[in-house]
Amino acid sequence: MELTLWTYEGPPHVGAMRIASSMKDIHYVLHAPQGDTYADLLFTMIERRGQRPPVTYTTFQARDLGGDTAELVKKNIKEAVERFKPKTLLVGESCTAELIQDQPGALAKGMGFDMPIVNLELPAYSKKENWGASETFYQLTRTLLKEKVGSSEKISPLRWKELGRRPKVNILGPSLLGFRCRDDVIEIQRILSEQGIDTNVVAPLGANPNDIERLIDAEINICLYQEIAEASCEWLKRNFGMEYTNTIPIGIKNTIEFINEVHNKLDLPLTNKKELEHKSKLPWYSKSVDSNYLTGKRVFIFGDGTHAIAAAKIAKDELGFEVVGIGTYSREMARQVRATAKELNVEALITNNYLEVEDAMKKAAPELVLGTQMERHSAKRLGIPCAVISTPMHVQDVPARYSPQMGWEGANVIFDDWVHPLMMGLEEHLIDMFKHDFEFVDGHQSHLGHTATKTKDLINSDNKKDNNPKEGIIWTESGRAELTKVPFFVRGKVKTNTEKYAILRGIPEISDETLYDAKAYFS
Amino acid sequence: MSKVEFNKETGPREVFCGLTSIVWLHRRMPDAFFLVVGSRTCAHLIQSAAGVMIFAEPRFGTAILEEKDLAGLADAHEELDRVVNDLISRRPEIKTLFLVGSCPSEVIKLDLATVAEKLNKRFLGKIKFVNYSGSGIETTFTQGEDGALKALIPLMEDSNEEKLLLVGTLANNVEDRFKKIFRNLGISNVESFPPRQSTELPKIGKNTKVLLTQPYLSDTVRDLKHRGCEIISAPFPLGIEGSTKWFLAAAKAFKISALKVHEIISPLISRAKLALESHKDILKGKRLFLLPESQLEISLARFLHNECEMDLIEIGTPYLNKDLMKEEINLLPDNTKIVEGQHVEKQLDRVREANPDLVVCGMGLANPLEAEGISTKWSIEMVFSPIHGIDQAADLAGLFSKPLRRNQILTSKTLVTN
Ligand code: SF4
Ligand code: SF4
Repeated sequence: MELTLWTYEGPPHVGAMRIASSMKDIHYVLHAPQGDTYADLLFTMIERRGQRPPVTYTTFQARDLGGDTAELVKKNIKEAVERFKPKTLLVGESCTAELIQDQPGALAKGMGFDMPIVNLELPAYSKKENWGASETFYQLTRTLLKEKVGSSEKISPLRWKELGRRPKVNILGPSLLGFRCRDDVIEIQRILSEQGIDTNVVAPLGANPNDIERLIDAEINICLYQEIAEASCEWLKRNFGMEYTNTIPIGIKNTIEFINEVHNKLDLPLTNKKELEHKSKLPWYSKSVDSNYLTGKRVFIFGDGTHAIAAAKIAKDELGFEVVGIGTYSREMARQVRATAKELNVEALITNNYLEVEDAMKKAAPELVLGTQMERHSAKRLGIPCAVISTPMHVQDVPARYSPQMGWEGANVIFDDWVHPLMMGLEEHLIDMFKHDFEFVDGHQSHLGHTATKTKDLINSDNKKDNNPKEGIIWTESGRAELTKVPFFVRGKVKTNTEKYAILRGIPEISDETLYDAKAYFS
Repeated sequence: MSKVEFNKETGPREVFCGLTSIVWLHRRMPDAFFLVVGSRTCAHLIQSAAGVMIFAEPRFGTAILEEKDLAGLADAHEELDRVVNDLISRRPEIKTLFLVGSCPSEVIKLDLATVAEKLNKRFLGKIKFVNYSGSGIETTFTQGEDGALKALIPLMEDSNEEKLLLVGTLANNVEDRFKKIFRNLGISNVESFPPRQSTELPKIGKNTKVLLTQPYLSDTVRDLKHRGCEIISAPFPLGIEGSTKWFLAAAKAFKISALKVHEIISPLISRAKLALESHKDILKGKRLFLLPESQLEISLARFLHNECEMDLIEIGTPYLNKDLMKEEINLLPDNTKIVEGQHVEKQLDRVREANPDLVVCGMGLANPLEAEGISTKWSIEMVFSPIHGIDQAADLAGLFSKPLRRNQILTSKTLVTN
């Protein structure tokens, strides 16, 4: 038994739902009790989708258990097929149904439908959401392409040359409830087409069963999210000889490396190599003097495997941060994350327990956390700025604007997303330091719309109340003038400190010199 | 009784299971902890239903069954013991620990009652352990609260003191309001169940008069009766009408004249009527379809028809206890159609055919219906918002007028959605 107060991943059948809902003309009959229908809201609310997931739940109850739940399964399958007329049917069970062993997949296969039926066996007590998604996509691919195995030669990455057309690739792995997948796909397709490469199929997101059957029309596969697509890519490689890419195009370096990898695999010359580095603003923004303060910022990274590994590379090589911790909840990606950690000389944290993550975060004492929504909350408690880089999905991670993580634009988005909390962190830090000053106390502690208080008002308001602001201390003309030159957000602090200093030294009048003396004294 | 048409429907449902009640119960009793003994699905459900709004450690969690727990039951009990120990050492402030059964724990016949009994012996005087089922094979949504309350009844001591017991979770401000009104009526010994602290359970006995605040408490009511409590029959305190009749029923049980009740609540009523006007303008004549989820549907429909003049197309309810709902059903207009249970697809077909102005439904269905041009209201909001009492009538109406007003502004029927 595992004590969980919060979980990064749902059960494996939710992974299966992600695949089914990402695709068209597919229906998933899920043998499950009524409460499991909550999963619909992940799609209709978190992703704000206007469609229910294509899932029929059998919603069996306790009173059904004595009777024939198998009949209930068949009835629901029949109704679902008649109503939704899917081209491919997925049949599976949730954790409770697994225990009653009705084997709905086998039942469905015996019902005489003439459509491919994928029997999903997703062990709910040992596996989790990403694994479920991966397995579903794999089983689906396998089922739909089974008959073609062995019918053709090994697919050469150079086939496009023989066929006299542009090279074609598949983009595999993007799915609903994946982090910014929708936009990543657009970005990657654009990059590929600029390089003269066509997209054959994107799957599962937006694909239908026919598209899956067409996967082998492409020369190679782009494995965009390893959590979901690697098993399928491996199978396609084993059975059709299709090669697949390993580089995840997140960040400038990775994007360039990705483009190179694709070109190498396809034996396609890079035509516009020089241009590549200038495609994104990240490198220049990162180098610009305004980013000086980013240097050596200590970051802590936690998320799914794909995004955590990519983040580490960007942090270190493209923003000049120091990675002080990295981890993932994806056990399936533990090996890769460990390798990355090793390169960074830190210990990888592989855990499903957010409290452990919080502890590690505390220990590492970073200045920036890159994590999931949960780390956002933990970081907030610790007073550390945080940017979200990974699922589990939250409604905030489904922005209306175009905001990919991959490719050139993805690098721009990442620059903004990571650096802004740091800047805010800087401000919040100052606000925190000076929170006792009156300009901050009136419930006004936000970085939004802060209006600077003019020094004159500041001093006058004091003077109005009491001509001798603090125990008979007076600001001279020169002192006031100097105080106006201090940036507004530290002005209050400087004022108090100077007055404190004056009192300490028994100085009745504060001149510009007093201000500098005070500054020297407190520094 | 009015000529209400009752139907039963079976088929695929789209409702939360009883675990969801934890989301409001843990807020009502901050000294309690809810430990679901279940699967990753159960953990994911309460997390999703509660949102990720976790700033402190939540007061609920899941002991997730793993493969090895399924193999040997004896081990599962030991494992649970270990998890409970873990939890308690981490959260020493816990006073009551609810072991909440789920579908998987029920199917493998994990005996939580025995586990609770053993733990009670071990932690005698320090922590109380109770168990109930929130499983989706036994309960829907609000029935989880019924189970939790029922489980607390054996811990309630006997007392023959005359008192009024309000049963069902209320928002704190509503509870305070009610107590004040009852005091003005001359009923000063008023307690609530569940209480604000799990350790402050009211004492009960044959002079306890129970007034229900929520309609989904069939099992709790039965057990309170067994303990000698008298159940006051009344509609539920939603809207002016329901609340008035509710107060009147309580007054009658305490032999307080109706005149006195009217004297005290009539200023509230006129104020509430005034506040209701602007909502009524929007709701009047609009056609309402309630899908089953919270068991509050019948009371809501009664309020929205009788006081806001909405037309009722269909009232879905996951479960119907005709006895408890008798007073409510009597107040419904003739020919009201009540459907118990659900076949979600067929029901949605009826929704589409009727093309209502507003549908009350679960969270999973709301956006898809909006995309079809139908305004919606989440059922779950009713269990989170303070909607009870005369003072809240306009707020309650507001929950329903808001989506319609929004629809007027945005004409969602013309919005393109994918
Ligand atoms: S329906 Fe059953 S298995 Fe599903 S979340 Fe509820 S209790 Fe858990
Ligand atoms: S604070 Fe923001 S991010 Fe956190 S749960 Fe609330 S809405 Fe979501």
